[in-house]
Amino acid sequence: MTTTRHRPAVDAGELRRRVRELLDAHPPATTDRLDFLRARFDAGLAWVHYPAGLGGLDAPRSLQAVVDAELEAAGAPGNDPRRIGIGLGMAAPTILGFGTDEQRERLLRPLWTGEEVWCQLFSEPGAGSDLAALATRAVRDGDHWVVDGQKVWTSSAHLARWAILIARTDPDQPKHRGISYFICDMTDPGVEVRPLRQITGEAEFNEVFLTGVRIPDSRRLGEIGEGWRVAQTTLMNERVAIGGGRVPREGGMIGLVSDTWRERPELRTHDLHQRLLRLWTESEAARLAGERLRQQLAVGQPGPEGSAMKLAFARLNQRISALEVELLGEEGLLYDDWTLRRPELVDFTGREAGYRYLRAKGNSIEGGTSEVLLNIIAERVLGLPPEPRTDKDVPWKDLPR
Amino acid sequence: MSTADLLYSEAEDDLRAAVRSLLTDRCPPATVMSEAESGRAYDVALWRALGAEMGTAGLLVPDKLGGQGATAREAAVVMEELGRAVASVPYLTSAVLAAVALLGCDTGQEAVARLLGAVAEGRTVGALAVPLSTVAVVPGGGSGAPAATVRADGDSTLSGQVSGVAGAAGADVLLVPATGADGYGLYAVETAETSVTVEPLTSLDLTRPLAAVTVTGAPARRLAGPDRAEAAIGRALLTGAGLLASEQLGVAEWCLTETVRHTKERHQFGRPIGSFQALKHRMAALWLELVSARATARYAADALATDSPDAPVAVAVAQAHCAEVAVHAAEECVQLHGGIGMTWEHPAHLYLKRAKSDEIALGAPGRHRQALAALVDLPAPTG
Repeated sequence: MTTTRHRPAVDAGELRRRVRELLDAHPPATTDRLDFLRARFDAGLAWVHYPAGLGGLDAPRSLQAVVDAELEAAGAPGNDPRRIGIGLGMAAPTILGFGTDEQRERLLRPLWTGEEVWCQLFSEPGAGSDLAALATRAVRDGDHWVVDGQKVWTSSAHLARWAILIARTDPDQPKHRGISYFICDMTDPGVEVRPLRQITGEAEFNEVFLTGVRIPDSRRLGEIGEGWRVAQTTLMNERVAIGGGRVPREGGMIGLVSDTWRERPELRTHDLHQRLLRLWTESEAARLAGERLRQQLAVGQPGPEGSAMKLAFARLNQRISALEVELLGEEGLLYDDWTLRRPELVDFTGREAGYRYLRAKGNSIEGGTSEVLLNIIAERVLGLPPEPRTDKDVPWKDLPR
Repeated sequence: MSTADLLYSEAEDDLRAAVRSLLTDRCPPATVMSEAESGRAYDVALWRALGAEMGTAGLLVPDKLGGQGATAREAAVVMEELGRAVASVPYLTSAVLAAVALLGCDTGQEAVARLLGAVAEGRTVGALAVPLSTVAVVPGGGSGAPAATVRADGDSTLSGQVSGVAGAAGADVLLVPATGADGYGLYAVETAETSVTVEPLTSLDLTRPLAAVTVTGAPARRLAGPDRAEAAIGRALLTGAGLLASEQLGVAEWCLTETVRHTKERHQFGRPIGSFQALKHRMAALWLELVSARATARYAADALATDSPDAPVAVAVAQAHCAEVAVHAAEECVQLHGGIGMTWEHPAHLYLKRAKSDEIALGAPGRHRQALAALVDLPAPTG
């Protein structure tokens, strides 16, 4: 932490002063969106807890809310965190933690402004929940690494300029120890992105085939063989990312089905009423738990509740969307559109109930399955003993596959 | 409604530490068990230390009326700890239900103020004479206070019966809703009167026994008439239900903590049973439930403390949610303890009995969801 450093702390007043300076120099009404975002980054107001020169001011993370509120009130353009979620939530903290100065200076600014989209080349057909079982190989060739393998479930791969990539660099080591972490240029020869059509008919995700892709050693993050440790930083940050804004009551899926209930009395049955009330109560409980987590974070007491929220919402969304399809009866038998589309964002509210029902099935799989998250809670929060493991000290090449 | 503080303040943490330390010392499971079997209505020595000496009996009562001038937020912390210890003391019945009912009467009246002061100081134990299952009055979701089963003759004597009253056995004064010539009112009756019978019932929850109250021409003092009695009782029931959520949280927390401890130690098939995924997932799922239960209980306490217009919704959500979480946690506790969980000497059964009777107390979850339907405009089908 920065407590021992003798530098005047950047406080809320100072941040407000800097926001005013930014707004005076770049009036949002007359400034190009991208120019404004670049200026904001350069003013250290992008992510205030990042170091000076890298979009921040070494300020307490909690003060970001002050900056965001001031800029929003002034009608300043934002950087659409949803669209650049992987870069923001996963790549950036990893580059900050493990990157060289050159990497940080080259990559963080266009990442934050959204000029360069990132994707994440972690999961493989044979390595999902057991991520460290991955088989994509990176073989040293002078100043480069030559990468061969297949990745899967890659959101935004078709839009991405860069990817964070983990690959096996030493098959003679046990699986966690033979992995290294790279930054992959998605425009390089040998990178092939194929849409992966999913249950909803859309292709949000991709398969990515890597064939003889040459990555310079200067785009490695962390030491050779230390990729698993680096990936832990990425994955922890994936789950910490929780919406900064407050969610109002009935703010999620429950609001949609509640409105339908109010507007369509002819659809009501007693059974659905009971189930709706139960889900409404649980949604409110989950919302309050999220609010409580937000308050804990704001006073600097991050709790393990982050992974709890993901689990809770996954279960709820599945049950609520299932109820919604049933409530609609005849209409629930129809689907709005099976066209193969490539959405940039998951749009739960812009589509109809059937879509929500099908898409919500992924909530308990993506970003860590509910089963794996339950294990994490059991072992790290409750301190229960780990499952016995047979793969820990065996060289990766000798593991059964 | 979104500005509610859902965390615990430093003062609340200090209060918790003091209450927990007292309960750890004075009320370990073996003591709870022997108290429950003693035939005494509650643990008198413990209540003297906790209610009177520590001052928790008067948390909800303003300083000038003899209390501590705290709020439902602090009372909720005490309830959490009492749930965790499944302690047998008249906190809910006297310090919450009776005290809040008295606060709703005209405290400018000397008789009301005197009784309230005595209850707040823990010198007198009061009880609100309504069945424990009575649901909180919810504006738009229910009528007024519960219909009185006792008749007032003039304004000085009462006759009738109320069954299933918690905290009546062991109480010095009963606050009895009764209907007389002037309508609905709240009356105080001394249990020492020979015309008052408090007959203990054999209750599911050994640590919060119920009693049947019979008054036969018992001398009574009217504390509130038709203008205030319903609101006073309604507020007491709403507050009681809201704070009961914190007790349920405490019960659930003990159950999970003990289950985790047990399954880490207990070995079968050559390894701790807590390492089996089937069991781990059940405990992790309980932890998840506890996270949201804590949020709803805190929100209800805060809404009551700040007199928020959202309090009826907050209480209904907390009750509907926490009641089921506590029962689930207690059921899992018994199951994951295996055979020992089914025995009388292990305390798990005390928690299951408390959790199950808390579920019914002050409105079962279904009643609270029904109240919500009206409060948040999700009407039932007609016809």
